Amino acid sequence: MSDLKAFRQEIRAWLEENCPQSMRTAAKLEEQVWGGRNISFYSEDSRVWFERCVEKGYTVPDWPKEYGGAGFDKKQHRIFEQEMERLNCRPPQMNLGIWMVGPAILEFGTEEQKKEHLPKIARGEIRWCQGYSEPGAGSDLASLQCKAVLEGDDFVINGSKIWTSYADESDWIYCLVRTDPTGRKHDGITFLLFDMQTEGVDVKPIELINGETHFCQTFFDNVRVPKANVLGEVDKGWTVAKRVLEFERDMMSNMESTVAVSGQSPRTIGQKYLGDDNGRVTDDVFRHAIAKHEVNRLAMELTPQRMVDEYTQGVGDPTVGMILKYVGTEEEKRKYELMIKMAGEHCLGWGDDISELEEQLTSEWLGTKTYSIAGGTSEIQLNIIAKRALGLPEK
Amino acid sequence: MSFAYNEEQRSLKDTARDFANDNTPVEALRKLRDSKDPVGYSRENWGQMIELGFGGIIFPEAYGGFEFGVKGLAGCFEEFGRTLTASPLLSSVALSGSLILEAGSEEQKQELLPAIAMGEKQVAVALEESSRHNPAGVALSGDVLGNGFKLNGKKTLVVDGHVADLLIVAARTSGQSGEEQGISLFLVDPKAEGVEIQKNGLTDSRNYARISFTDVELDSTALLGEEGNGFAALDKALDVARICLSAEVFGSTQEVFERTVQYFKERKQFGVLIGTFQALQHRAAFMFTEIQVCKTLLMNALNALESGADNAPAMISAARAKICEIAELVTNEAVQLHGGIGVTDELEIGLFLKRARTSQILFGDERFHYDRYATLSGF
Repeated sequence: MSDLKAFRQEIRAWLEENCPQSMRTAAKLEEQVWGGRNISFYSEDSRVWFERCVEKGYTVPDWPKEYGGAGFDKKQHRIFEQEMERLNCRPPQMNLGIWMVGPAILEFGTEEQKKEHLPKIARGEIRWCQGYSEPGAGSDLASLQCKAVLEGDDFVINGSKIWTSYADESDWIYCLVRTDPTGRKHDGITFLLFDMQTEGVDVKPIELINGETHFCQTFFDNVRVPKANVLGEVDKGWTVAKRVLEFERDMMSNMESTVAVSGQSPRTIGQKYLGDDNGRVTDDVFRHAIAKHEVNRLAMELTPQRMVDEYTQGVGDPTVGMILKYVGTEEEKRKYELMIKMAGEHCLGWGDDISELEEQLTSEWLGTKTYSIAGGTSEIQLNIIAKRALGLPEK
Repeated sequence: MSFAYNEEQRSLKDTARDFANDNTPVEALRKLRDSKDPVGYSRENWGQMIELGFGGIIFPEAYGGFEFGVKGLAGCFEEFGRTLTASPLLSSVALSGSLILEAGSEEQKQELLPAIAMGEKQVAVALEESSRHNPAGVALSGDVLGNGFKLNGKKTLVVDGHVADLLIVAARTSGQSGEEQGISLFLVDPKAEGVEIQKNGLTDSRNYARISFTDVELDSTALLGEEGNGFAALDKALDVARICLSAEVFGSTQEVFERTVQYFKERKQFGVLIGTFQALQHRAAFMFTEIQVCKTLLMNALNALESGADNAPAMISAARAKICEIAELVTNEAVQLHGGIGVTDELEIGLFLKRARTSQILFGDERFHYDRYATLSGF
């Protein structure tokens, strides 16, 4: 126990000394540091913060040191996160490589693949995107049709992926392709890694209701990828894909800390627009709704700790984690609906004479609509709970 | 502080479960109800519970307790909620015991707490004066009379008040109803002259009392805690009762939910198990998510209380508000999802529904506690 206390003190001291003051607030969208070949820094502080973290392995603290991490175990990692939260430190680098494909490579990759890909993610040299959904394969992901045929030592890919977030700015893609169309739909899928600069890859951004264009459709026309780029086994990619979806759900269960940049909460908005001099929200219906939101939010923040404690006590339950994506994303949607209702016209403005904060809120509100769709819709989450947690029969 | 019960707490919880399954299954409450039992719980079962030590879980050793903490007791309440076990554990131990522990003099604690723990004395708190929880809404007057006091007024919703050996009465000795300041606590013999007790059964088949006080004369030793400053202790003791009752109703909620899911796996319509219907699956899955949220909030509130955190009252209100809300959701859904059999008296689901509603109004429902959470949080 005292080892962990010392560890916490060490992390706290390092962060106090090395995290620049300007990095201790939520980053606006344009201030986020995304890794990749075109990495750019909004300010000198953000560069310094990034470089210091890379040097210590703190961009991926729970990865082994040999692949660019800090080698923290679960408890150390939790402490690290808590200390980062305590100072409100920005993440030094954003990258789907960190959250999604990196952990998958750690779990399923060959030694060569780990050595090739993981340090580049840790150092922010390669930015990854995800090729999962297709125009005809959304919630029914396993029905995907993007085809890959083996020719010599290469797979030749033809087809299209949709909702490939930031495909236009990413360097590599991890992609689900159909390598065997004959059997059960979950069989015959292969998990491929390849460079987005490969000949035959074309990307078209899609404009969303919030005006942003991070989601893309990506087209593959005879794209040749070496067979060695398969993660896991040929035709057995669904196993890897499901694992990555779990990572995605974990990430999305806490969208508040990764995405929101306005830094506003129902409480601050309520006090700003409906508060009296003592900070009391004068509208009882809204006041009640704010309390309700905060209570749900509190439960979401604490549930991961409960899961850890239950495992420590020998009464762990794997089904508890299944609620996080559903509850977390639905609560984020409710939160923004509540905020815009309280702010009235201030948070429905678009383009013209409104403050930056208000425009951010409007945009974030619309952005939350993607949360309960991406990464497995809320309805799919409920299906999973019904089947796996409650053991309800299938037709 | 752990968000899971530790080994000792789990062992208490297991003892409670075994006891409840063997001695006080839901059928036992039905029998009490059907026989119009005048006490409202089985004295024999309560004696067994005392023997097993449930009466002393939260008290310090110096007062005949085991110092297992409120968290230890809450786990037991969860189990008693699963079988709707009727007993004065909430009224006499969790609420009255905590109040004496908070406000009592050394002498009062020595005299009363071991007696409560041993089941020799059953104590009830007479607080409410309106149909809903309103702890500062005390109007019953406690006027100075010589060296003592004189009580005049009416109380309602006194849990197990009709069979209490001793009442703790919240009276107004100064100020106005609604003010926290000016509330004093008095120990009153229910047999004293001027005390009139009327049993007031509610839909949950548990027992409550309406009590009127007419020129009830007390000497100064009847005072529990300082004159006029009773609210803080009262609120603290209420918090213990609130979280214990939350644990109980959370246990009931889990039980009702599990029975409903089980029914989904047995009941056939249109030639298939009804659990195969996605419309029903999603309702069950949604309830599962909310129950998990409740569990986290319950453990969080117990941790805050045990560690003496400043935000413990807010965390207790957070848990209580959400648990009240979800108990209502799940008991209503359970009735609906059982279909016709769900509205019969024969099925036990209805007994859970009734207990859930009365549990909600005791010590504050979701409206009261979301409001209290907001006030304590500064908005």
